[in-house]
Amino acid sequence: MNDMTPERDERAANLKGLGCSRKRVEDARFTQGKGNYVDDIKLPGMLHGDFVRSPYAHARVISVNKDAAMALPGVLAVLTAEDLSPLGLHWMPTLAGDKQMVLADGKVLFQGQEVAFVVAEDRYIAADAVELIEVEYEELPVLTDPFEALKSDVVLREDLAGQTEGAHGPRKHHNHIFTWEQGDEAATNQVMDNAEVVVTESMYYHRTHPCPLETCGSVASMDAVNGKLTLYGTFQAPHAIRTVVSLISGIEEHNIRVVSPDIGGGFGNKVGAYAGYVCSVVASIVTGRPVKWVEDRMENLMTTAFARDYWMTGKISATKEGKITGLHCQVTADHGGFDACADPTKFPAGFMNICTGSYDIPVAYLAVDGVYTNKAPGGVSYRCSFRVTEAVYFIERMIEVLAIELDMDAADLRRINFIKKEQFPYQSALGWEYDSGDYHRAWDKVMEAVDYEGLRKEQAERVEAFKRGETRTLMGIGLCHFTEIVGAGPVKNCDILGLGMFDSCEIRIHPTGSAIARLGTISQGQGHATTFAQILATEIGLPADSITIEEGDTDTAPYGLGTYGSRSTPVAGAATAMAGRKIRAKAQMIAAYLLEVHDNDVEFDVDRFVVKGAPERFKTMKEIAFASYNQAIPGLEPGLEAVSYYDPPNMTYPFGAYVCVMDIDVDTGVPEIRRFYALDDCGTRINPMIIEGQIHGGLTEAFAVALGQEIAYDKQGNVKNGTLMDFFLPTAWEVPNYETDHTVTPSPHHPIGAKGVGESPHVGGVPCFSNAVHDAFRPFGLKQTNMPHDHWRIWETANKLGLHD
Amino acid sequence: MIPAAFDYHRPTKVEDVIALLEEHGDDARVMAGGHSLIPMMKLRMADIPHLIDLQDVGGLGGISIESGRIKLGAMVTQHEIINHDGLASAAPILREAALQIADPQVRYMGTIGGNVANGDPGNDMPGLMQCIDAQIELIGPGGTRSVAARDYYEAAYMTDREDDEVLISISFAAPSGGHAYEKQKRKIGDYATAAAAVQLVKDDGKVASVSIAMTNLSDVPVWSEAAGAALVGTTCDSAAIKAAVSAMLADIDPSEDNRGPVAFKRHLAGIILSRAVTRAWDRA
Ligand SMILES: Cc1cc2nc3c(=O)[nH]c(=O)nc-3n(C[C@H](O)[C@H](O)[C@H](O)COP(=O)(O)OP(=O)(O)OC[C@H]3O[C@@H](n4cnc5c(N)ncnc54)[C@H](O)[C@@H]3O)c2cc1C
Repeated sequence: MNDMTPERDERAANLKGLGCSRKRVEDARFTQGKGNYVDDIKLPGMLHGDFVRSPYAHARVISVNKDAAMALPGVLAVLTAEDLSPLGLHWMPTLAGDKQMVLADGKVLFQGQEVAFVVAEDRYIAADAVELIEVEYEELPVLTDPFEALKSDVVLREDLAGQTEGAHGPRKHHNHIFTWEQGDEAATNQVMDNAEVVVTESMYYHRTHPCPLETCGSVASMDAVNGKLTLYGTFQAPHAIRTVVSLISGIEEHNIRVVSPDIGGGFGNKVGAYAGYVCSVVASIVTGRPVKWVEDRMENLMTTAFARDYWMTGKISATKEGKITGLHCQVTADHGGFDACADPTKFPAGFMNICTGSYDIPVAYLAVDGVYTNKAPGGVSYRCSFRVTEAVYFIERMIEVLAIELDMDAADLRRINFIKKEQFPYQSALGWEYDSGDYHRAWDKVMEAVDYEGLRKEQAERVEAFKRGETRTLMGIGLCHFTEIVGAGPVKNCDILGLGMFDSCEIRIHPTGSAIARLGTISQGQGHATTFAQILATEIGLPADSITIEEGDTDTAPYGLGTYGSRSTPVAGAATAMAGRKIRAKAQMIAAYLLEVHDNDVEFDVDRFVVKGAPERFKTMKEIAFASYNQAIPGLEPGLEAVSYYDPPNMTYPFGAYVCVMDIDVDTGVPEIRRFYALDDCGTRINPMIIEGQIHGGLTEAFAVALGQEIAYDKQGNVKNGTLMDFFLPTAWEVPNYETDHTVTPSPHHPIGAKGVGESPHVGGVPCFSNAVHDAFRPFGLKQTNMPHDHWRIWETANKLGLHD
Repeated sequence: MIPAAFDYHRPTKVEDVIALLEEHGDDARVMAGGHSLIPMMKLRMADIPHLIDLQDVGGLGGISIESGRIKLGAMVTQHEIINHDGLASAAPILREAALQIADPQVRYMGTIGGNVANGDPGNDMPGLMQCIDAQIELIGPGGTRSVAARDYYEAAYMTDREDDEVLISISFAAPSGGHAYEKQKRKIGDYATAAAAVQLVKDDGKVASVSIAMTNLSDVPVWSEAAGAALVGTTCDSAAIKAAVSAMLADIDPSEDNRGPVAFKRHLAGIILSRAVTRAWDRA
């Protein structure tokens, strides 16, 4: 190497590739208010839409009188189901194989359901017009409890009358949607019947909502002259939306351009298709002008997709020594008025069958019944892969309950049952092949870091002091070891509406050695523009700072299934690496040509190809890029581009070990988080700083869900927490300090060994916070108390245990 | 969350405000910081065809402390209360309470007048004003009058103020002794699940006098004379505090909401009051 050549390390550092805590390139515009969100889009002549929504949870719609609204100056149209039905758009297909009313077709099934869509010159006129529309309703009996719904004579979905077969098999009752079974029921029951120890527990994972900062919205613009529809919207899967719009509207797909601009958080809320999107499109066709629809906060909380609402009953069996022998799980899933869950087609309960968790459980059985009720539809994966939060909550509670039954330490019980490192790839009883893991190492590292023994000692002393009346504060130690399943997924078993869940990346290297890469995913705050450039930098030897990442415009980006379920890095990130390798392969040929050696006589070295054994002879990637545009190389096309569509061979299985130390004021029900220690293993770490940010965010949403956030209904089906006064979004003040840590167990099948991390902290955080609350009361006989653990519920738990007597 | 259309007035004189109120009657409402009113308008729970902004009206601001008497202009913001050194030493309970209201953004706008006039049982200032026995000064077409905070609240959003009257100031004698404003809420920006204001004078190791008011535990703030009476003459021992709590519990009437069921609120009210009394005693 000559003196002018920087050292290898220095060259690698200049790339800001894998492992670099590179600052997020997105933040410059976000922190300066220069983002471009849907509501920032203003097109010439644009109109505004607003909904008339049902105040009732279940009612017949007798009539809709638009006259007064139409008479208001500035109102252009009022759409009802009657207006949409000639186009066949008064109903739309859901992602779960059901259909959903776009506008009330004769009845409403949940409070806030869309009844009419007003289109006006400005947002204020639209809101005034909404008030002028007279809707006559006839109230019907309301069902908010899924168990009651399964027994009731009241038929919620009259449109499905007589249909005994749904999208996922037989329906047992007119309010029943599906039964989904996994595992071996007979074998599981047999193990239970003969087990030394069996414990049963029921728990409710309450309904909540992803509540992204930016609510949902769209701007549709139909160009009547060239027949092209442009649809801007808050879409986590813009390409799938384009296909769906084409299928339901009959507009050819090449005439539809879907754009997801900057998105202010999604967390699953922006995966589904909403009435507002359809109405903005129809209204634009009808009026010939662009139409914007943006929901407000209450509409977002009350009507766009909720999460969770799972009633879970578990049975776990073990030997007296604590070796788990079997697991049984029965779920009653409240899906609301329409089945609009966002899951891969073959998984109506998502990946709930990851509920054997991190443990080597030889036999298991899972059954999930989906049920219609008078609540908003949804059932999305709020910061988790499909239903994984429910699954992990379930198993992590069952472990705790089993520990109580066995009178064992819950940390020891976990350790006894972890899948061992040498068992990977591990075939779970409910059908998954866990790709990799080293659970014992992670667990032991955390136990040591928090001085687990010391904490238990302190806790025991606290209990004694409490009993002596010296303190009114109890101490809880929350434990959780979770295994996520992310990166949906292999096309062989994962599709959404028949679209295989591969993803894509297309790269163009520019002559001067910079590049643009486009992906089928879409960032909602995850920092794709930062991290995907880092993957490429390492793969192709050009600096991350010289690589633009673009997503979200279906006219330019390659087809992909979008961003949710932590799939971007496992799938699109893999496509990025693979496309990068194609670039590198061609660059190798160019380099060999330029260096006048055989292709195999050069090798890649950080940012260049060098002649093997003669490192002073090299061509940098920058030089190669230029050569690809200005040299006629025999046998090679000019240019340097590549595209990869990546169909992952398996999911990836990130995992982690969390501990929460909590002090609970027994008299006021106020919990104080003293310490939260989170060790995450997401395989290869692309950008440690972004990982840390994701962990903090996911833990905060976990904190919210575990300790207060919910969407609750009263008996009449009224939403009780429709504003941010009552819907708990923690502020910087409430959020605890987090300590983060990691181990690295690369995914063996992912091109760079990465696994996805955005959702892990949420999945692991919820049971960890909840277990801390439970653990504080364990010495006083508590087995199970449902979330959210807000002040009054914690107080009530203490009260029922007689701690206020 | 878009309000119905309204006309916006921005007078500079109190007389003009009153004239507008007289002219439009029920259709007009004054706005101070707007942080209770605007949300109600956006939710379309308040439909106000004529909105009269008080921001430019002269003579409604200012904090004065003269010969033991404190006067706060209606437009004094919670932020000003927190940052006024004279007030912090003359009546520290105001600062302690104001710091527990909402968040800095709200406190930059929210005013003492609006908080007291509003009549929302969740507001913290009304109970506090009852605790320190403040006088509320109102001006209307017939001139000014003064009403005690303890007589001002009739029911939720119903007060002694006539529709054409404007609250111009609040005054009270500088409180003496120890103080405490104790509040439990679910998060920053939330109203109280239960709150207690206590001002206590100690003499010769005993409670000489004490005033106690509770917030968000009835449809009006509750000044509990009986709770105070239970403490006077005692050493604030646990039996005395227990008696004060029982007396207070006889005066409140909480209702169930998302903050919890009645049993919880009643229990919590007792805990909050005990803690407030203990803190005020320790400071007295
Ligand atoms: C997120 C949030 C959290 C909050 N949390 C709390 C809390 O914990 N505790 C608390 O006490 N408050 C809380 N508030 C309310 C806040 O303190 C309000 O600002 C305050 O209650 C009202 O003051 P304002 O100046 O904003 O009044 P406005 O909203 O302008 O007026 C309120 C009412 O009073 C009337 N009014 C105002 N001024 C006068 C006057 N001079 N004469 C006659 N009538 C008048 C108005 O017509 C209106 O009916 C919160 C507000 C928000 C937005």
